[in-house]
Amino acid sequence: MAGPSTDPRAAAAPGATVPTRRGTEALLLAFAVLLTLAAQCIVDLTVTGSLRPELATFGIWFTALWTGAHLVVRRFAPYADPLLLPCVAVLTGLGLVMIHRLDIADPDAGSDAPVQLLWATIGLVLFVAVLLTVRDHRLLSRYAYILMLVGLVLLAIPAVLPASISEVYGAKLWIRVAGFSIQPGEFAKICLVIFFAAYLVDKRDVLALASRKVMGLEFPRGRDLGPVIVVWVLSILVLVFERDLGSSLLLFGIFVVMIYVATERASWVVIGLLMFAAGATLAYNAFGHVQARVDTWLDPFAYYDGSGYQVAQSLFGLGTGGLFGAGLGGGRPDAVPIAKSDFIGSAVGEELGLFGLAAVIMVYLILVERGLRTSLIVRDPFGKLLAAGLSFAVAWQLFVVLGGVTGLLPLTGLTTPFLAYGGSSLVANFGLVALLVRISDAARRPATPHVAPQRLTDAPTEVVQP
Amino acid sequence: MNAPLRRVAISVLVLFTLLILNINYIQVVRSDELRDDRRNTRVLADEYSRERGAIVVDGEPIALSVPTNDRLKYLRQYPQGGLYAAVTGYYSVIFGARGIEEAENALLAGTDDRLFVRRISDLFTGRDPSGGDVVLTLDPAVQQAAMAGLEGQVGAVVALDPSTGAVLGLASTPTYDPSALAGHDLDAVRDASAALEAADPDPTINQAIGQRYAPGSIFKVIVSAAALEDGYTPESVVPAPQVFDLPQSSGVLRNFGDSACDPSGQQTLIRALTISCNTAFAQLGIDLGEDAVREMAEGFGFDRDDLDIPMAVETSTLGEIENGDELARTSIGQQSVQVTPMQAAMIAAAVANDGTLMKPYLVDQLLAPDLTVIDETDPEVYSEPFSTEVADGLTEMMNSVVANGSGRNARISGVQVAGKTGTAENEGPDHNWFIGFAPADDPQIAVAVFVRNGGGTGGDTSAPIARSVIQAYLDGQEGR
Repeated sequence: MAGPSTDPRAAAAPGATVPTRRGTEALLLAFAVLLTLAAQCIVDLTVTGSLRPELATFGIWFTALWTGAHLVVRRFAPYADPLLLPCVAVLTGLGLVMIHRLDIADPDAGSDAPVQLLWATIGLVLFVAVLLTVRDHRLLSRYAYILMLVGLVLLAIPAVLPASISEVYGAKLWIRVAGFSIQPGEFAKICLVIFFAAYLVDKRDVLALASRKVMGLEFPRGRDLGPVIVVWVLSILVLVFERDLGSSLLLFGIFVVMIYVATERASWVVIGLLMFAAGATLAYNAFGHVQARVDTWLDPFAYYDGSGYQVAQSLFGLGTGGLFGAGLGGGRPDAVPIAKSDFIGSAVGEELGLFGLAAVIMVYLILVERGLRTSLIVRDPFGKLLAAGLSFAVAWQLFVVLGGVTGLLPLTGLTTPFLAYGGSSLVANFGLVALLVRISDAARRPATPHVAPQRLTDAPTEVVQP
Repeated sequence: MNAPLRRVAISVLVLFTLLILNINYIQVVRSDELRDDRRNTRVLADEYSRERGAIVVDGEPIALSVPTNDRLKYLRQYPQGGLYAAVTGYYSVIFGARGIEEAENALLAGTDDRLFVRRISDLFTGRDPSGGDVVLTLDPAVQQAAMAGLEGQVGAVVALDPSTGAVLGLASTPTYDPSALAGHDLDAVRDASAALEAADPDPTINQAIGQRYAPGSIFKVIVSAAALEDGYTPESVVPAPQVFDLPQSSGVLRNFGDSACDPSGQQTLIRALTISCNTAFAQLGIDLGEDAVREMAEGFGFDRDDLDIPMAVETSTLGEIENGDELARTSIGQQSVQVTPMQAAMIAAAVANDGTLMKPYLVDQLLAPDLTVIDETDPEVYSEPFSTEVADGLTEMMNSVVANGSGRNARISGVQVAGKTGTAENEGPDHNWFIGFAPADDPQIAVAVFVRNGGGTGGDTSAPIARSVIQAYLDGQEGR
């Protein structure tokens, strides 16, 4: 794990220039683009036996997207972490390939890959916009309470809208207008992480210091439990009114981790786990749909003809893929309902096998650990907490989604970041990465030129002996 | 904040490790189970898109795939109709696979790990992947004689090579044409299946390895073996009353036809087996005790559930023995004794092979699609229930059964046949059994014939079928 000793500022001798690593990023991006294009070719050749003419358009477009993103980073965030963008490019590219592959499998259902490419473009526009407008991430803390309001409103909209507009597959987390489906929760997630970061930086001393010792752990005073209870109630409300297990779990998990990082008090994790256990028990006993989810999770094959069908098919796909997979275009990932969005992980596992799926998880791991590393080396506490929250959000979301798809956890309605079909998820996550890139730029950027402080012993100050 | 940050980073690592461990579990450990699940349609479509390997007997395919023009590219066919149905089973789009089709599915479908290298090379050379062939141990002449003998009856024949355990014949009647279930016209397949299910008994039930019946007097071979092992000789004189008074109740046990086995009330062991004297064996069983009888039966494979040939064989059992009455009835193969025809053949095979029971097996070789041998079955000892001396004594006694006793209908001129008949009481007409082997001095084939509710005696109904099966095999061996 990267420690503070790897802080490039510490390693660099005073006056030496810190390498920007933009060349590394360009090289890795080129690799990501080539990988995507090669995978596209393999899919077409395997399934149809020939290359489509659209492939050229796709290649040019996709290359242009990342070239543009790279140039913007080079110009406006030159010291950004060089691995963040390439990881995102690989995942987005692979997602596009899998969505295209699923398009071919079921031509009647229409083509989603071009739409997703359009969303990726919009996402990159947002990425650029964030980099251009947010020149210093610390400024975001000024808008913390506004962002909180925005986040809560976004979170609440689907709950108050009529089911005909907001409900898809039993979960009310959508806004569907004029052919567009938006999951506002994805944006709410980012707004709330920014708010949590600002709020916790503000209050962390109170939350950390005023405590009582119980069984070796420093527990906070009762009145300081307020914020965590508010978030807990919010999560429960999301679960009740939107029937969205995933967002609920995501929100609460992120908050607990952020409060732990802010206060350095392990007791918050214990409190969080206890509250989670209480909430889970409550939800299980109170709501039929939660019980059904859990039963299906425990034995999907027992509910094969109903709620377990999807997970069972997903497991069949993964098992059939085995170690090496059926090869791109060689499997039947379309046998899993809604494979393009929720179950894209099982499509990857079926066609690219254990090795392919593990590689994808490793790319996420790199992305997340680079984000956490940014958090380690950035100086200001707000930036630290924000980077940690955003990175953990990606990790936690992937864990919950892939865990659901592979039967490790109950199924949730979350989407796999970057990989899955879905505009709001893709666009929101590009925004998230833009923030990480911005913070990592601040973290690695050499401090503004200033006179290096002289070492005290060399100072021509007279030391007065007592 | 750096200390908790590092812990968060490690937690993320742990979470992702969990994910990867879990996909390892699903994609490696449970891979075969998930792939072979019949509800997994992707495998079915995939399997049908490849040329499935053939099941071969004596160089001729008894199950093979032929190309078609429909969506499923290959159609499974069984050129011999019902002749080998008890062995091949079927391969159906709707009902999955049974028999060898099921047991050797991985190789036939080409997904077996032993074909891995070949699949990789298929990938690079662009060759269409295909499955391997399964070569069986069956002898066509034996199979035909068995099926002809059982014609019109409900029953089974199992023939083994006693020195190796190779299954030479495995017949079950009534039979069916597996092609009817393997078709691609799903409605026709459903109709065919419904017709089979409506029949009594369902022809897809394997009478040879999947059903158990009371063995009747063939069980006396096991009691004889226990006696010889205990120090008796074929010439030992044992009590043989006309009526045996059951020890625990006022009931009695009589001989077949209520005859006296010997006017003197006692006779030699060899004579008792030759005429299948019930009272003598009831008394013998009680004298030997339950443990001796049970131990010998288990030596022959009773109550052992580990036999697959490669299809799983139903476990034959001695059942519970509560008291002397039940032990007496058990000793003549009634009470709760239940055996499969396969188990019956194994009794004969153990005697024929000097007390060493070889594990029965159907698959001789597994061939890769290019016909190179990728696996070959090595004969395996299943158990060693008794000594060579005991085997010699049993052979002498079983020779006498065919030469002078109830098994006369199995006699073949010029060949010494050893055997034992069985006529088992049950709710319906008696079951008719015959087990035996030949030639007695150099056994080539051990056979069990079972006719369900045949109504006659084992000697009348089953011995002639055994004779024709043995004859067919020995004729074939001479020709080689």
